[in-house]
Amino acid sequence: MSADTLDLPPVTGAELSALEVRLVREAAERGLLDIAYRTVDSPIGPLLLAATERGLVRVAFELEDFTSVLETLAARISPRVLEAPRRLDPVARELDEYFTGTRRVFDLAVDFALSSGFRQTVQRYLPHIHYGHTLSYREVAEQVGNPKASRAVGSACATNPLPVVVPCHRVVRTDGQLGGYLGGVAVKATLLTLERSRAEREDEA
Amino acid sequence: MEMREPFERVVHDHGATVLRVCRAVLGPGPDADDAWSETFLAALTAWPRLEEVTNVEAWLVRVAHRKAIDVTRARARQAVPTEMLPDGVSAVGTPDPEGNELWADVGRLPERQRLAVAYHWFGGLSHQETAELIGGTPEAVRRAASDGIRSLRRKYRAEAAQEGEPR
Repeated sequence: MSADTLDLPPVTGAELSALEVRLVREAAERGLLDIAYRTVDSPIGPLLLAATERGLVRVAFELEDFTSVLETLAARISPRVLEAPRRLDPVARELDEYFTGTRRVFDLAVDFALSSGFRQTVQRYLPHIHYGHTLSYREVAEQVGNPKASRAVGSACATNPLPVVVPCHRVVRTDGQLGGYLGGVAVKATLLTLERSRAEREDEA
Repeated sequence: MEMREPFERVVHDHGATVLRVCRAVLGPGPDADDAWSETFLAALTAWPRLEEVTNVEAWLVRVAHRKAIDVTRARARQAVPTEMLPDGVSAVGTPDPEGNELWADVGRLPERQRLAVAYHWFGGLSHQETAELIGGTPEAVRRAASDGIRSLRRKYRAEAAQEGEPR
């Protein structure tokens, strides 16, 4: 085979990157960019952010495995998935503000395409729990009008497609223990500590 | 319905191959960039409803072939007749400003050899598949591809030797 090989003429990474930027722009113009995604660094590790044309559809932790998260998005929503950081710029900015403590409420278009039924009802309720506060699974069940459904509230939190932005970390066990978290219990504790310290500081001020 | 992988991976895995094919067919420059872009836009459009494709790269290279023809036709329509022909021997655009001689050598190949090299060597299509795209028999395509690659390799080695690089 060696007699029949030739070094391929070069194509640089910079040239391909420029072409991909153009592809993303033209795909969006033609309504073909069904899912845009990017990754960001954060104090709780790298996060994957994905948005449809309707809004933010997925926030994922690294331990969920970004590759398989993207495959699931492709299978469940659309395989027209491209890395397109600009559509996620507002999300990245608000997350930044949240982690530095200057933002308490996310003001973002969200798309609950990945959840349905009671789980989605619960997830839509969660942003009503105030920054720095927590409710128990049972209290959330009561709030959404189904007091016996605290287990179902637990699975709604566990399957929250938009962690951090939809604050499932503010739901804890009745006995005061933290309960589970998609990103790991340590991350849940970090988020609650961040929020409490900021909330207290402002109360003192 | 067939499960499709995220399109980003298709661009990542096959972007370079498609760009080489477009450049070999149209010359490095804006026409090749346009053909690359239209190829991936067409592929993105078709992606969710695509029937099972055993070889995604071969499919993309065939799409690139059609888009290269479109670009060539559009260029012909827009061409302004001129009495003065530009200087230079390359029939397919100018080599990139970084002075990449290998692309210029590809551009100087006779057309049949250049297309056979583009689709077979750069695009990975078989001689049979290449013949279906550019006409002629698979055997004639095989000869054209082989002559083309031999000519490129000779120039490439000569240039490398001139630069004193060990080969």
